[in-house]
Amino acid sequence: MNPSPNFNLWLIPILPLIGSAINGIFGKRFARSLVATVALVFSGAAFVYALWVTAQFSSLPQASIPHIERLFVWIQAGNFSVDYGFYLDQLSLVMLLVVTGVGFVIHIYSVGYMAEEGGYYRFFSYLNLFLFFMLTLVLAHSYLLMFVGWEGVGLASYLLIGFFFLKQSAAQAGKKAFITNRVGDFAFLLGMFLLIRQFGTLDYDKVFRGIAPMPVEHSLGFLTITALLMMFGACGKSAQIPLYVWLPDAMEGPTPVSALIHAATMVTAGVYMIARSNSLFMHAPIAMGVVAVIGALTAIFAASIGLVQNDIKRVLAYSTVSQLGYMFLACGVAAFSAGIFHLMTHAFFKALLFLAAGSVIHGLGGEQDMRHMGGLRKLIPWTFWTMTVATFAISGFPPLSGFFSKDEILWKAFSDAQHGSWILWLVGLITAGMTSFYMFRLWFMTFFGERRQPVHDAHQEPTGAVHAPGTAPADVGHQSGVAHSAAAPGHSAHGGGHVHESPWIMLGPLVVLAIGAFVMGWVGIPEALGGHNNFDQFLSPVFHTSSEPARALENFPAEPQKTENAGEEKGLELALAGTSVGVAVLGFLLAWQFYYRRPELPQRIAASMSGAYRTLINKYWVDEAYYATLINPIVDGSRTVLWRGVDVGVIDAMVNGAGTTSKEASGVTRRMQSGSIRSYAGWVALGAAAVVAFMIWAGTR
Amino acid sequence: MNDWILTLITFVPTAGALLLMFLPRNDRVLKWSALIISIIAFIFSLHLPAHWSSGAHGFQFAVDAQWIKSPNIHYHMAVDGISVWLVLLTTFLTPFCVLISWKSIHGATKEFFVLMLVLETAMIGVFVSLDLFLFYVFWEGALIPMALIIGMYGHERRVYAAVKFFLYTMVASVFMLASIIWLYVHTGSFDYSIIQNAIQNHSISGFGNAAELLFFGFFIAFAVKVPLFPFHTWLPDAHVEAPTAGSVLLAGVLLKMGVYGLLRFNVTLFPDQAHEHAWWINTLAIIGIIYGALVALVQPNMKKLVAYSSVSHLGFCVLGIFTFTQAGTDGAVYQMLNHGVSTGALFMLLGMLYERRHTYEIKEYGGLASPMPVYSTLFLMITLSSVGLPLFNGFVGEFLVLSGAFSAKALYGILGTTGVIWSAGYLLWLYQRTFFGQVTQPVNASLHDADGRERVSLIPMVAMALIMGVASPLWIRMIDPAVEHSLRPSNVISAENATHEGDGDSLARAFLNSTRTARPEAAASVPDITRK
Repeated sequence: MNPSPNFNLWLIPILPLIGSAINGIFGKRFARSLVATVALVFSGAAFVYALWVTAQFSSLPQASIPHIERLFVWIQAGNFSVDYGFYLDQLSLVMLLVVTGVGFVIHIYSVGYMAEEGGYYRFFSYLNLFLFFMLTLVLAHSYLLMFVGWEGVGLASYLLIGFFFLKQSAAQAGKKAFITNRVGDFAFLLGMFLLIRQFGTLDYDKVFRGIAPMPVEHSLGFLTITALLMMFGACGKSAQIPLYVWLPDAMEGPTPVSALIHAATMVTAGVYMIARSNSLFMHAPIAMGVVAVIGALTAIFAASIGLVQNDIKRVLAYSTVSQLGYMFLACGVAAFSAGIFHLMTHAFFKALLFLAAGSVIHGLGGEQDMRHMGGLRKLIPWTFWTMTVATFAISGFPPLSGFFSKDEILWKAFSDAQHGSWILWLVGLITAGMTSFYMFRLWFMTFFGERRQPVHDAHQEPTGAVHAPGTAPADVGHQSGVAHSAAAPGHSAHGGGHVHESPWIMLGPLVVLAIGAFVMGWVGIPEALGGHNNFDQFLSPVFHTSSEPARALENFPAEPQKTENAGEEKGLELALAGTSVGVAVLGFLLAWQFYYRRPELPQRIAASMSGAYRTLINKYWVDEAYYATLINPIVDGSRTVLWRGVDVGVIDAMVNGAGTTSKEASGVTRRMQSGSIRSYAGWVALGAAAVVAFMIWAGTR
Repeated sequence: MNDWILTLITFVPTAGALLLMFLPRNDRVLKWSALIISIIAFIFSLHLPAHWSSGAHGFQFAVDAQWIKSPNIHYHMAVDGISVWLVLLTTFLTPFCVLISWKSIHGATKEFFVLMLVLETAMIGVFVSLDLFLFYVFWEGALIPMALIIGMYGHERRVYAAVKFFLYTMVASVFMLASIIWLYVHTGSFDYSIIQNAIQNHSISGFGNAAELLFFGFFIAFAVKVPLFPFHTWLPDAHVEAPTAGSVLLAGVLLKMGVYGLLRFNVTLFPDQAHEHAWWINTLAIIGIIYGALVALVQPNMKKLVAYSSVSHLGFCVLGIFTFTQAGTDGAVYQMLNHGVSTGALFMLLGMLYERRHTYEIKEYGGLASPMPVYSTLFLMITLSSVGLPLFNGFVGEFLVLSGAFSAKALYGILGTTGVIWSAGYLLWLYQRTFFGQVTQPVNASLHDADGRERVSLIPMVAMALIMGVASPLWIRMIDPAVEHSLRPSNVISAENATHEGDGDSLARAFLNSTRTARPEAAASVPDITRK
């Protein structure tokens, strides 16, 4: 076998880029079917190619992993150089498959979902562009190239959140996402500068080689600060405290976008980055602790907001923030493979949840408020059943995928001797209960009970999001979108006559994802449950630290009898798994009680605990606080102090003052001021001509 | 050819201007003639990178002839890897400036194009002159046509802006002239290389005492031109009042004359003073980055917004140079080119809006993405380039500057890097208010999209922004050795050493070949290399 085969990895990101360019440049003249074909062919080709690479990868000898392919230089200054190069190891392979696989499925769904929207070619051009950047991100072989993908997916996200740009709220949300991410990118950049200063390079292999011999750092030194900066960057992309605020607003984008970018792939980039940098983080336990705490806090914080939201997509958005918190928690307790495991299962069930929610919204003609839903179980059965799988999966019911990945995280949070703690576990457990509750709340409110009438009051949020147009002429689009969504509930007053199941091009992807959400967890069944945790073992070369399946065991060096201890460990693990299932069931029962048996209860409780309720429904007023303490002072201060005050009032006034004084002192300039500019110009030109003439004359003398 | 190419590039526009004077006042003829002349100059300038001798560190394509015996003035021109790109930037931008002025200039079109071409000569002359007198002539020479372009073809307050621009930069230049004369009196030469050698050999009497003042003389002239905070207030006025082509060249090239001067004179001739004063110059640069961006954020006038953004962007250039790091200075030079392309294109875009609606007020617009999809797409791409999105040109420059600044002093890097947040803020907010949402003013609903001529001017700019973002070694490979040379001034630069050999395939090699010849270490540590 060729010792270093060439997979032409660059093709994987380039394929969707070609698709994006074709649709972006020519798509306007294409028929819709052709636009869809182009988008599907190029995203599908990337997926197929990724599968081929996977097959090849399995025959690579372990010694040649990571497999690196370099193309040519991108930036070179002095001794610093970055090239276009791709890095394939187990971790990037998993990411590659998730991104292309889920991405392709969501592309298919979008063909149906977006069928009636304006700007069809624009949408698919952006969607393909997103794949290009996301694949660059996961395949990059240096932090700087990762940063290309990192910012690029931010751009695609900006474009797609603002896809319905006629809506100010959508445009606003897109901008908010981009700028919030830039705050994180600021830290990411600083982290990279530190790495450059230390190692003179940003290539993974060289950086990791440089870190490996360094001692573990227990103070705020180079490694810890670098790790913390990287983590802050990840907080931006993966919507963690304090930078999560953009993600809920990002739901202004079309639902497939929410599924692909804001649930399955882009937002996991931060988790991927931390996992990729595991050797850095393992050398910086303080940073690890911060990652774990931020993850746990974000998980429970976002879940608490999710408890009371009424917009179906917002519930899912907060749920995403919360689940990303789990992944952070996993990374923070050195359970990187568990984090990636959850990333993968989450990609399936959360994408499914969004797409199914999209199918509900689609079926209701744009309605997103769960208070106006109900009883949809029989009307849209395929959507219902696939959503059911996803709901049980995310709530952690065995044997669905979410159970295994979440349980792995909770177990590691509890058991890792160095990084874990029962407090982290407890927070994770409570979050699991809340997750189960709000998901079943969503499930019951949407599919069970009676169809509820929309209340024509201020509570009704504008739902034009789905049917607002893209580039369609301004006059038609938006209004008709609103009319459509307002009309739909009216029609459905007669037993929901106009509620319709989605077409097969949308249901097919739901079914595929449902199967994934069901079985994906089986690749990582822990030994305590009779599995082999293949997933963990597959990734173990990347995360050297967790190479042993019974790694937790090593952390009890005081115990000499490993086998007996392993038995106890197993028992403990089973007990904890049982606890988390119990909590999930509890969440289910509470939701059942509140939203199925006695639907009047939640209002009474909300009334009796109005303070807490208002805090949650207003999302802890975090947005308001940011505006009051950061954004408004910056804008107002810039306007009144810097611009009108300093710039116009002081600096320019002094300049003009000096000018006026000298003008008054000088007869020549006074005459100049009184005359027209042309005469002034004439004098200057004449003088210049005289000087030039003299010099030429002097030169030829 | 190599001896005369710089002369040719420099004076083709003036020759064209002379020709234009004798043409009939037929707008069509004038427009096409001016365009063709500027394109010819551009084609000639392509000779420089195409025949670049990649091994040589110093100046190339040199021509050095006695011009005036007394005072001892030489006609000395040459380019190194830094100035060559500024020449190309000038010749690249000018045809577009001519093109976008086709419809926006009414009345006195002949004078306009003549001024434009004379201005081009002056700008090129600044970058190629190695005789300080010659340099000063071109430097001031650029001032006059620009002031006239603003004053004659600008908007309502054009006279105020033109006078302010002229006086401000003129007064500042006087200090530079004083420095130049001092140097001449004490060295008997205006020649850059001779003066540099004399300074390094400590053979100038009284230099130790005067160096400080000389440094400041040059610094003031360049700092005003850049413009460095707090010398920037002429810029928003000049930009707002200037016609579009004037703004493009002002932002695209004239400001670069200041940065170029700082690098060529302040840093290279006076390294000790530059190092000594770097801390507050960098402080001003960083203030400029943040202050310019914040003031840009709240401008109600989009042209003023872009003008203040220039203050911010040029702050990056100054910061990069005064970190004296390889990456920082490479990035600063690259950022000059990027800013020329991106901000030049932004001003072109704004000019096109102005031609349609005759206002720069942001509140007059809104929802333009619906009637003008192509225009708004191109605007977005230029915006992203200015924001510094990776794979666009701005990112490469910013990244290098900031990494250099960070390695020089972490605080510089940290404060400078906040710029990435601010720039996203003011530009995306501008974009949102201008293009997104419903069309708010009925008159905007029927605005026509970018037409053929406009696309011809914009698409090459966008393409250039992308190519420069993806394939930066094409440029930096030539910049890098020149910067290295400038940062270690004990490497004597002499025109005699400049090679005249052509190297046709250097472009292709630059792209594919990442290896660079190692710098001769010996020269750096030997202070007393005498001039041959």
